[in-house]
Amino acid sequence: MALLSLKNLSKRYLSDRGEWTEIVRISSFELDAGEQVLLQGESGSGKSTLLNVIAGIVAADEGAVTLDGTDMRALAESARDAHRARSLGYVFQNFNLLDAYSCIENVELGMAFGGKTDVALARKLLERVGLGERLNYRPDQLSQGQKQRVAIARALANRPKLVLADEPTGNLDPSNAAVALDLIQSLCRENGTALLLVSHDPSLKDRFERTIDLSELNEASSLLPGSEGLS
Amino acid sequence: MRGIRERRVSSAITIAAVALACSLLMLVWAFKKEAEQSFAGASGGFDAVLGPRGSKLQIVLNALYHLDESPGLMRWSDYEQATKFPAVEAAYPLAVGDNYRGYRLVGSIPEYLQNHEYAEGRSFELESGGSLFASGSMHAVVGAFAARRLGLGVGDTFHPYHGLVYNEGAKHEEIYTVTGVLKATGTPVDKVVWIPISGIQTMSGHNPKAATDVSAVLIKLKRGASMAGFQLDMMYNKQGDRLTLAWPANRTILQFFDKISWFDKILQAVAALVAIIAGGAILAILYNAMNERKRDIAVLRALGARKRTVFMISLLEAVGMTFAGVILGFVVYAGLGMGIGEIVQRETGVALSPFTGNAAMLWAPLGMLGIGLLSGVLPAIKAYRTDVSRNLR
Repeated sequence: MALLSLKNLSKRYLSDRGEWTEIVRISSFELDAGEQVLLQGESGSGKSTLLNVIAGIVAADEGAVTLDGTDMRALAESARDAHRARSLGYVFQNFNLLDAYSCIENVELGMAFGGKTDVALARKLLERVGLGERLNYRPDQLSQGQKQRVAIARALANRPKLVLADEPTGNLDPSNAAVALDLIQSLCRENGTALLLVSHDPSLKDRFERTIDLSELNEASSLLPGSEGLS
Repeated sequence: MRGIRERRVSSAITIAAVALACSLLMLVWAFKKEAEQSFAGASGGFDAVLGPRGSKLQIVLNALYHLDESPGLMRWSDYEQATKFPAVEAAYPLAVGDNYRGYRLVGSIPEYLQNHEYAEGRSFELESGGSLFASGSMHAVVGAFAARRLGLGVGDTFHPYHGLVYNEGAKHEEIYTVTGVLKATGTPVDKVVWIPISGIQTMSGHNPKAATDVSAVLIKLKRGASMAGFQLDMMYNKQGDRLTLAWPANRTILQFFDKISWFDKILQAVAALVAIIAGGAILAILYNAMNERKRDIAVLRALGARKRTVFMISLLEAVGMTFAGVILGFVVYAGLGMGIGEIVQRETGVALSPFTGNAAMLWAPLGMLGIGLLSGVLPAIKAYRTDVSRNLR
């Protein structure tokens, strides 16, 4: 059985003009456990919305999102939050580390809402991403590449079944981007975690077992204006 | 608590406002109550004060609290007559009019310091090596507070100064020798230099015609003679027109507190206003902080934090800030209380302790925590409603 399954998925938003706009419409998509898939899509193709629907941050209007055997649409919001805390890791383009917390505390936050906080695991993950010497540094003391490495460690901290990565190299220079990608992919492999990575960078194609063009997957994307606001 | 640390300046101002409000609330309610009780309890074990015709409050302030001037003089025979009433257990004459470096010299009979109980079962005691003055002697017994302030001890000598206010040029010729220092009583007796009554009456430069006059008579009634006070009140205040009896002595001082209760109300209003302002500050700082923290909240939610979790985090921040303010409020209260207590003791001799238990010391901090909690609700709702997808950029 697939780890993630999307069936007849639809997500609409009410525009500022008071009109409903469909942003995501996907007939079928599946991702197996441990599989690494690249979703390629430009701005405005609905990629962030799709990831938020998969993560249960926003609820789909129609269709089914099944993650690790659980139908996310059938869950109440708090249950979706709990499921996300246990089963998902998230890597963002802007890293989204909490500035008030040290590196190790940011990683611990990745486990805090899913159950027990394991300081040893947090330390091990940071050592694995090459930041063992900077456990107590705060994000503003790190380079962009280092920030993303902390974010990758955080995404893996709750031993998730699936990591969602939204343009994780978008704010990195090529060498740091390569390091970050290597880390995401190798850490996911080491942990048996599936990876769904969204990027507009066509050069990443060779790194993945499967690449899907989001504009083909998302039937609604052809109808969308190319707006950042709908990305 | 990280949020509080992140916004050090605004958090510090808010915590200071809470501390100020909390300490003011406790000062206005608890310390004021303590002052009332201490002043009423500092009536020195006397039931009434007999003085020349005048204000009861002035007579009590002058004779019991050693403040204010005497409204005049009364005859020695008035004192003697007072001692003869069957219901009077003891009566002690007082004469005032001189000072030593601003501390009042009060003349009385040695029996006052020897026999009188200033509180139930508590008599005046001398520090070791001291003795009381004898009638007609040039000896002095110094109250504990005055002795400490004046640096006087047994064997020291001093010249009295004329008047109740220290004037370097008004030195009397007489020289008094300190024979004893009283142990602290926490009453106005502590700030007085006691000498034989004849010393005040016959001090050089005083009017010889007043050589047998007294300023007031302190009266202790026999136990169970509650009607006697009423009878004396009728006799001196209603039927007579030459003397005034302040009875019950402590009620006079409580009536004084009642008269200035409007001032309490102003202080209470100020304290309540500061409490509301502190609550408003918490609300404003957290509400504004929510705008800056939308991304952080969205990240926490993306990591799996439930809406009620971020609600509670925000609320706890408000409570944490208030709690810190309340703790600081206790420190400020203790500092202000001890400072005020020191001033009050210096001016009146009445010992006030800011640490006497009072309900206000419970409800004021709890009330502030309640205000903090309420102030945190709106920012917490804002945190609860944060749109995760919109703020995850």
